[in-house]
Amino acid sequence: MSHPQVLTARMTEHPTDSHTLERYEVTGGYAHARRAMDMSRDEIVELVKASGLLGRGGAAFSAGLKWSFLAPSRPSYLVVNGDESEPGTFKDRQLLERDPHQMIEGIIIASVANEVHEAFIYIRGEYPKPARRVQQAVEEAYAAGYLGKGVFGSDYDLDVTVHLGGGAYICGEETALINSLEGKRGEPRIKPPYFPAAKGLYMMPTIVNNVETISNLPHILEMGSDDYRALGHADDCGTFLFSVSGHVTDPGNYELPHGITWRELIFDVAGGIRDDRALKAWIPGGASAPWFVPEHHLDLEITKEACGKAGSMLGSGAVVVMDETTCVVKAAERVVRFFAHESCGQCTPCREGTTWLEMILRRIEDGSGRPIDAELLLDVSDNISPGLTWPPKQTTICPLGPSAVSPITSVARFFKDELMQHIEQGGCPLG
Amino acid sequence: MTWPPDVQERAKELIGRYPDPKSAVMPLLYLAMRQDGYLTEAGMREVAGWTGHSPAQVQSVATFYGMFKTEPLGKYLVSVCTSISCMLLGGDAVLSAVEDETGVPHGETDAEGLFSVEHVECLGACGGAPAVQVNYELVEGSTPDQVRALCRWLTGERPDAVNTDDMQDRFGGRRSFDWAITETDGAIGPFPAFGPYGTVGEADG
Repeated sequence: MSHPQVLTARMTEHPTDSHTLERYEVTGGYAHARRAMDMSRDEIVELVKASGLLGRGGAAFSAGLKWSFLAPSRPSYLVVNGDESEPGTFKDRQLLERDPHQMIEGIIIASVANEVHEAFIYIRGEYPKPARRVQQAVEEAYAAGYLGKGVFGSDYDLDVTVHLGGGAYICGEETALINSLEGKRGEPRIKPPYFPAAKGLYMMPTIVNNVETISNLPHILEMGSDDYRALGHADDCGTFLFSVSGHVTDPGNYELPHGITWRELIFDVAGGIRDDRALKAWIPGGASAPWFVPEHHLDLEITKEACGKAGSMLGSGAVVVMDETTCVVKAAERVVRFFAHESCGQCTPCREGTTWLEMILRRIEDGSGRPIDAELLLDVSDNISPGLTWPPKQTTICPLGPSAVSPITSVARFFKDELMQHIEQGGCPLG
Repeated sequence: MTWPPDVQERAKELIGRYPDPKSAVMPLLYLAMRQDGYLTEAGMREVAGWTGHSPAQVQSVATFYGMFKTEPLGKYLVSVCTSISCMLLGGDAVLSAVEDETGVPHGETDAEGLFSVEHVECLGACGGAPAVQVNYELVEGSTPDQVRALCRWLTGERPDAVNTDDMQDRFGGRRSFDWAITETDGAIGPFPAFGPYGTVGEADG
């Protein structure tokens, strides 16, 4: 089974030097940013809208539409979100380390489209090697005259600064990221305004795009919107980077079109389950996503719509696979612990709720669960996300709190017996 | 201003990268960690002076982010990922091995100031789980025995700088993705090694 590679083609064909300016240019790099310099803002925005490119950070919002919300006041800013921290996700790390110029070319295109002269690349603090690579590439681009004063010999100036985060998942939320860049605590801002394109960095119009989203831009200019759309499936255009981890034989990042099935992804692409064990469940789109199980979801098509209808999402593209030896209570505890740890603490339902969910799950796993605990888990969850619906409702400023509810509702829906066994037997039935 | 002239120059250069000096607080906090090994009260006051934040604001920022440490740290900060993907593939056993070999439990530093140990949330190395970092330099796919050997190597050799590719070669296993080039830039303390922040050293390799 062969699928077209777009974002990962260069790093696959040139594994030793795909990160260098020399290799990037030999393989056609920066031609499309040069062309963008002669295009109008409207032309580029319309092209990206028509390409159907959806944001790759997890929210899957139309990138072109986001750009079209840019308010008229200036200066405007571009922030590339490289704060990749959703458990299971490691795709941006590969793009940053192995093809940084692809992203920088995307930054030039996005900057021209949004009249930006100052861009920031926010990379999570735990990614020093990717940050060193990107810094090296930025310096190469400056030296070549592709960044800085007079980009490509034009009268357009563009400065790019690499900024390291400090180890806070919440800074992936775009308004928290902006606060962090302003030198504040990384706490999400109260909405409205819903889009930083209206009021963002220093309260000026700001575009925040994920690393993978930005890296797609040179290819959209190269292919045109029709050919780019044709790579994908119906409304899910282009290719998509899946980070597959857990109990599969061949974990890794895979660039695939939408529309294949979960069976194909887990068993054909990722080599199936290790040691010929049985598949028990998988997280289809990062820790925030409700889980899927083989009885119901293996032959489901991987599209935004199909996953949404089935009660989950593709999110950040992180697929975490669990085999039959996995204790679902322990797995849920780890996911909930993450959100409890990363809650910024502004909103009571999230700050208190995630902490209580973690404590209850831990006591159930440790054998001290009480008969009421299964019900209590859902009750606390309902306070964070009323009605436990999908997509979730929220009582909080940002979606972090409701994300912590996903593993709880997944266990309640598919593994109620295993949860009750923990409580009744005073410990984990899997030993 | 108490920083040496070269650090002051670097602070000025970093501040110049942002439209507002306040935005440079995180880079300058890393600079302060580089000076003192962790964030001291004096270091945070220095950052306040440079950025125009009040000292209380600097402290409020510093304590929000997990990588800014306001307690003394060891020469090597060993961070073990026990998030979902690493947990599924033995991250908890790797943590136990690190704690046992160093004698340092999660969140603590030894009396000698050699090791600090912590378990952390997802490091973005899920394809090479379980993941460990030493001073934020990544080692993927290690067994408990391999991380024990890593800790013994750090104790015996006491390298001034540690580098991800070097440690991966010596003590690692499966990686999230392959990387053919070996670099020698390394971390010189319990903070990320990044050129503009002046925190990079040369690993022996």
